[in-house]
Amino acid sequence: MNRRYVIRRLLQVLPAVASILLVTFVVVHAAPGDPVVAVAGESGNAEYYAFMREKFGLDRPVVAQFWTYSSNVLRGDLGTSFVQGQDVKDLIAERVPATLLLMGSALLISTVGGIALGALAARRPFGPLDLSVSTGALIGYALPSFWLAQLAMLTIAFRTGWFPIQGMTDARADYSGMAHYVDVARHLALPAMVLAASEVALITRIARTGILAEMNSDYIRVAQAKGLSESGALVHHALRNALLPVVTVVGTRIGFLFSGAVLVETVFGWPGLGRLVLSAAQTRDHPLLLGMVLMVAFSLVLANLLTDLVYSRVDPRIRYR
Amino acid sequence: MSIPASVTADAGAGVPPSGLVPTAGGPEGRAPHRWRAAVRRFLRHPAGLTGLALTLLVVVAGLLAEVLSPGDPFRTVGDPLLSPSGAHLMGTDNLGRDVFGAVVHGARTSMIVVLGVSAIASVIGLSVGVVAGYRGGWIDDLLMRITELFQSVPRFFLVLLIVALFGAGLDNLIYVLAFTSWPTLARVSRAEVLSVRDRDYVEAARSIGATDRRIVLRHVLPNVLPTAMVVIALTGSRIILLEASLSFLGLGDPSVMSWGYLVSNAQRFLRVAWWMSVFPGLAIAVAVLGINLMSDALNDVLAAYSKADLRRRHKRRRRGWLRRRPRPVLAGA
Repeated sequence: MNRRYVIRRLLQVLPAVASILLVTFVVVHAAPGDPVVAVAGESGNAEYYAFMREKFGLDRPVVAQFWTYSSNVLRGDLGTSFVQGQDVKDLIAERVPATLLLMGSALLISTVGGIALGALAARRPFGPLDLSVSTGALIGYALPSFWLAQLAMLTIAFRTGWFPIQGMTDARADYSGMAHYVDVARHLALPAMVLAASEVALITRIARTGILAEMNSDYIRVAQAKGLSESGALVHHALRNALLPVVTVVGTRIGFLFSGAVLVETVFGWPGLGRLVLSAAQTRDHPLLLGMVLMVAFSLVLANLLTDLVYSRVDPRIRYR
Repeated sequence: MSIPASVTADAGAGVPPSGLVPTAGGPEGRAPHRWRAAVRRFLRHPAGLTGLALTLLVVVAGLLAEVLSPGDPFRTVGDPLLSPSGAHLMGTDNLGRDVFGAVVHGARTSMIVVLGVSAIASVIGLSVGVVAGYRGGWIDDLLMRITELFQSVPRFFLVLLIVALFGAGLDNLIYVLAFTSWPTLARVSRAEVLSVRDRDYVEAARSIGATDRRIVLRHVLPNVLPTAMVVIALTGSRIILLEASLSFLGLGDPSVMSWGYLVSNAQRFLRVAWWMSVFPGLAIAVAVLGINLMSDALNDVLAAYSKADLRRRHKRRRRGWLRRRPRPVLAGA
């Protein structure tokens, strides 16, 4: 790995973090309504208002307030939820594992499925199989995840009864060991597949394009001229080059997966961040929503950093000149 | 939708005659000819026509909402949870409201949001992109840093926060979505401007004393528009999904009917009233698919090579000497 690239890439994290802090601060600051009145009530007591203003540091210059905000956020202090009365950080941390499990499964399903479908479609470009895979991808890309979740319930869960439709575990049974994992997997299957659906569409398109471009290049022609079969050329030569673009979009996909997970979770009652966001949205619980924005934004910075570092390792041509 | 037609009428008229024109926009020569050819290719593009038909379906439903289902879509018209029938094409919901009426009025809401957001976001995005690309220097740096600022925060969650803070009126929703939707367009149009800024014909226009305004409007913008239109269309379909997601989470305007609200309302009645979920969701899917297909087709017909060209080239390659040997088993299906 190129050391200069790594250092410069690491330094790029700083402006990204600063941007996140600045945008969120401006949004909260520009919101209508006086926070002091919101907290202290509309008593009209000017002295009390002044006291509260001083207590929360709202009488200080904006720059100083931004500094306090930034240092609080960076220390992990995200404030207290209006509605639940608990630390936002704790509320989020409690729910993150379930969401990560769902997102991770969806990421895996969509990557493997998307590459397989993309390779299938690339075998005969513009042939019947390619057209049906491409059409399916287009349709999959157009379906809103929360509706697809309901459709999955209507068509698969209700009809067959194979999959439970609410929660992460069976509340009536008290499984342990292997049975517990099986139980979670059964609850996970539908939400993960629904969440993966629109991602599969994206990966399929990227993989198809990449594989097609590689299969038309000279080194593949040479390999085939030497007698390697088409599938051999694909698996041994083209795939590793064609899949680099799939790696690059992982960072972006995590952003979509977060929002998709929130929506799918509310339908399936998955005990992750979705329920938290839903109730925060309905009660207008700003601190909690702000905490979510920050958490997701920082996760994306991290995901993009890791993607780029992995990418530069996989493809040594990547470096700053 | 009349996008390609209206573009033929007014864009590209000032680009100099064929000899001087760059190949940026396409292999054809003069610009008006290029647009006309693009329209012709669009009309022969099956996916594009399908997209146009689907989009028109939604647009007509939205425009004729008052005719198709007069009156307030929130009012009770019959017994609750009636399944689809002649009287209620898509059944009634838990409060005895007509689902068909709600869906067509929801189409109107989605249309208003998409048009409003696209208009504002296009103006901001194109202005920022063209100014940054054309001026260059510190203005470019500043505008691009601001653009990155807007892209640093995940859009869905930022919009959730802003709507919760600022209120969920339809106007607010449009502003919020517009202010978070322009960065991609700005970056793409800046890149397009950069690719034509130093072309000979721009240099020629400058040398005969054309003002910056004239150069941008007559020579630069017409070359940016094809790509910009594709991006704007794609943004439009994301906006429909985003608005639906917001109202699904209860952050839409509660006083207007919206597809997301309908799907979220259907959640508790899934087992007894499938129609409450299926039809509004289908409406979202049709609208999004329609716009996506159109933007794909626009990309094909406006880009240098259409898909038909690619297909032809591929066929030619397959006929090549290398492929004449017996096909490998895997490929022979």
